Amino acid sequence: MDAFISLIDGFAVLSDPMNIVYMFVGIILGVLIGVLPGLGGANGVAILLPLTFSMSPTSAIIMLSSIYWGALFGGAITSVLFNIPGEPWSVATTFDGHPMAQQGRAGEALTTAFTGSFIGAFVAVLVLTFLAPIIANFALRFGPAEFFAVYLLTFCSFVGMGRESPFKVLAAMMLGFSLAAVGIDSVTGQLRLTFGSVELLRGFDFLIAVIGLFGIGEILLTMEEGLAFRGKSASINMKIVLETWKKLPKFWLTALRGSLVGCWLGITPGGATPASFMSYGLAKRFSRNGARFGKGEMEGVFAPETAAHAAGTSALLPMLTLGIPGSPTAAVLLGGLLIWGLQPGPLLFVEQKDFVWGLIASIYLGNVAGLIVVLTTVPLFAAILRIPFSIIAPIIIVICAIGAYTVHNALMDISVMLIFGVLGYVFKKLSYPLAPLVLALVLGDMAESSFRQAMLSSQGDLSIFWDNALVGTLVALSMIMLFWPLIALGLNAFRNRPPGRASETL
Amino acid sequence: MTHVTPGSESGNEHTVSTRVMELVVSAGFIAVSILVMWDSRRIGASWASDGPEAGYFPFYIALIMFLSSAVTFVSNIVTRAPDRSNFVQRSQLALVLRVLIPTAVFVVLIGYLGIYLSSALFIAFFMWWLGKYPVYKVIPVAVAVPLITFMMFEIWFLVPLPKGPIEAALGY
Repeated sequence: MDAFISLIDGFAVLSDPMNIVYMFVGIILGVLIGVLPGLGGANGVAILLPLTFSMSPTSAIIMLSSIYWGALFGGAITSVLFNIPGEPWSVATTFDGHPMAQQGRAGEALTTAFTGSFIGAFVAVLVLTFLAPIIANFALRFGPAEFFAVYLLTFCSFVGMGRESPFKVLAAMMLGFSLAAVGIDSVTGQLRLTFGSVELLRGFDFLIAVIGLFGIGEILLTMEEGLAFRGKSASINMKIVLETWKKLPKFWLTALRGSLVGCWLGITPGGATPASFMSYGLAKRFSRNGARFGKGEMEGVFAPETAAHAAGTSALLPMLTLGIPGSPTAAVLLGGLLIWGLQPGPLLFVEQKDFVWGLIASIYLGNVAGLIVVLTTVPLFAAILRIPFSIIAPIIIVICAIGAYTVHNALMDISVMLIFGVLGYVFKKLSYPLAPLVLALVLGDMAESSFRQAMLSSQGDLSIFWDNALVGTLVALSMIMLFWPLIALGLNAFRNRPPGRASETL
Repeated sequence: MTHVTPGSESGNEHTVSTRVMELVVSAGFIAVSILVMWDSRRIGASWASDGPEAGYFPFYIALIMFLSSAVTFVSNIVTRAPDRSNFVQRSQLALVLRVLIPTAVFVVLIGYLGIYLSSALFIAFFMWWLGKYPVYKVIPVAVAVPLITFMMFEIWFLVPLPKGPIEAALGY
């Protein structure tokens, strides 16, 4: 019950009215970011990060995480009304959400989506509250070898759970690691990969990469589709909300399944996008109305939204307890923590109790506030989406440029952002995954230094990675994840069935 | 993909096949990995008396990148069912370049004019050229956005952004 008492202390942190104000500001900004093409959770938070440097870390993280919740909610609005997923994890929401809107049931679809998001996040934050202290406590005993094994598991999971070709996942990930290595080596002080350039001394900041890959890249992709947005209008009133809520309880099993899938994929870095597809697929298989999925089934909106939001929330668990983010947005939040001088990891729960529990309490409150905000402001955000792309696009590009500049006050970074934007566009088109690239760029230095520390303490003997049961299990799990595509192929051949075709939709 | 003239009005939508782009991108990965391996070897990628040298970790990272990209490259050459689908339609590429080129000019301009003036010019040009908006609609947006940005960054949050001769003349 320690967690419960700490949580109550956390709510006390929120009693500062300014924190509540920041929370609402964050959620409204987040929904706005979620509905606009080219701005999403990861790069939205990255751009707004410099603005929070003058706040206290607790207020800042409350505002930034609220932006994240808002973006998770906001993605559903564009999916349902415009059939354009504002975020990758809301692609599955379009399958049934947009048909519902076409049948004039937009209000119902949105209420279902928002309620699903809320339930998913709620389950995930319960998991977070009670699991995080245990994991943090456990991780206090971790040495460099154990930490490296956890990093290994994180990155191997991308290969095992990714929807893309494992070779492309590896290539993208290793590009991230290589970019992270540019600059001064933190152990020996030697210059690496700088080729005599002063500009490269600073290395590549992942915030710049995030803004370019997800921001500019997304704008270019949207541009391909042409300039016109044609959407359905929606109004949500209390009557629709209550009627929808009356229908939802019978889908409790779908919600539970979605939340669990989401929590699992959020903690292991599968992320919100595969979670939403998996939950949709499971709901379709197990529902009595499975055959009608894709034609406007409420359950088909409910399932992916619960999973996406559960994954988005539980991605914070490894970020806070181990310092290993489960998603690009969690990685950006991690970057924020480092800038405010907080070292994420097990010690955070010992040294910065107020901060951690204030953040966890704010997730509870933030999701309630988010639900209220989105249910009341849908028409407003739908109206923003009607602003033509040729006005919105240059404004978003300007915002991205400002965001890239303010990270280090360096003009050069704006050009780097543009290059990452083109890379993001080409990679997206050839389905090279961006999340492992970004996470490798964030974690590259830390993974390398834990590897080298482990190697130093063992005098270069690799057997340190199966020295004790814990590290051995982690490494074994990593290897299973890494070779999962091969194992799955073998299993399928063994069962004499055609290989799974779940990965054709994205 | 730059050898395609943007905005050409011919009915041919073909640019390059997805297979060619796959080859180009994986070749790019291979080139980067060779560069990283070469530089890591230069600073030492082996085991010194005091532990791994600075190039040790990047060298093996690049080696994995080399191997996995080589698989992608080779599998796209020897495949029995090459992906001959169009990587990007000509008209789509034209639209993408219409965003990309002005953005590149905008990024260059920031260095000379400061971010506020170049944003105003960029937004105005974009709305006028791509959106075909009349001047009386272009001007308010192009002026308001940089003005709001200025208030937000320079005055409320005290975050300095790049400024040019205009701001200097106004005393900032």
